[in-house]
Amino acid sequence: MSDALPAKAPAPSELFLRFTQVAVSGFGGVMPFARRMLVEERHWLSAEEFADVLSLCQLLPGPNIVNVAVCVGARYHGVRGALAAFAGLMTAPFFLVLALGALYTEYSHLPAVSAAFHGVSAAAAGLVVAMGIKMAMSRRLRSAMALFAIVTFFGIALMRLPLVILLLALAPLSVAAAFWRAK
Amino acid sequence: MNEETLVQLALDFSILSLMAVGGAVTVLPEMHRSIVDVHGWMSGAQFAELFALAQASPGPNILVVSLVGWKVAGLAGALVATAAMCAPSCVLTFTISGIWQRFRGARWLTALQDGLVPVTVGLIVAGGYLITLSADHSIVAFAITALTALTVLTTRIHPLWLFAAAGLIGLAGWV
Repeated sequence: MSDALPAKAPAPSELFLRFTQVAVSGFGGVMPFARRMLVEERHWLSAEEFADVLSLCQLLPGPNIVNVAVCVGARYHGVRGALAAFAGLMTAPFFLVLALGALYTEYSHLPAVSAAFHGVSAAAAGLVVAMGIKMAMSRRLRSAMALFAIVTFFGIALMRLPLVILLLALAPLSVAAAFWRAK
Repeated sequence: MNEETLVQLALDFSILSLMAVGGAVTVLPEMHRSIVDVHGWMSGAQFAELFALAQASPGPNILVVSLVGWKVAGLAGALVATAAMCAPSCVLTFTISGIWQRFRGARWLTALQDGLVPVTVGLIVAGGYLITLSADHSIVAFAITALTALTVLTTRIHPLWLFAAAGLIGLAGWV
């Protein structure tokens, strides 16, 4: 991907810093902040390029935002750039979340803390539920393809099948169906 | 913590890394299955708490993996779990990102993208279902989960405010 690079390629240290900024600005998902930094502030990617990188990163396995950092870093400095962007994205949040975990463990024996956390856990679950509902209502699912979503839900949530079995059995069928429908 | 646990963490999460189609949240059910049901490293409620902590902390969603590793095997566990969750998918992404342009618009690629969407959706809905069952043990807790979901879907309120409100309801002893 060598097209339309900005005049000056950012140094690995800058990749590290910018991705650190992105990582600590977002709670429960930092993709919108990554987009703003990459497209609007630094102009490292055009809006189309970002959409392109994102669709690749959503297709590939792994945390999407981590994949985006790797793609952007790799584009400028190969392995070094990918490592710099990845380290920027993960280092500060890693220690922050462990600090939070340590604090929680320290005080979770207090009835007040554990009581408050029962509420917070319930709210956090609500975020995933919302995400699921939002995605389930997307237009791309208004077809016979929804059947694959329903089978996935039954297999994983109710039958508690191992993910690897479900993926091996269902993903090829679902992709084949999509291929056939596109004809 | 013993080496065996670290090796197990490394194995589990590197497989999970390659199965995380459509992002980190899709492997929530499998993480739950492996950590709670298969290894018994913690209870479902503890897993839900770690998940909530990771959501309340700045950074990528995937940090729940760091907390799980830390809970199971301390700092070494956190490092091993995080590295295992990221390394395989990162190497794959790095490799593919260089040759991706060649396949743009290819029919099989579009089919791959469209075909994975319903599976991803099913996995995220399953994740919501399982984490709710783990986190909620009272009517009020279920109400908080439902209200949070509804609020997130219909308003632009920052989730941290909802966490704060839910924390206060918990503090009052109602959950």
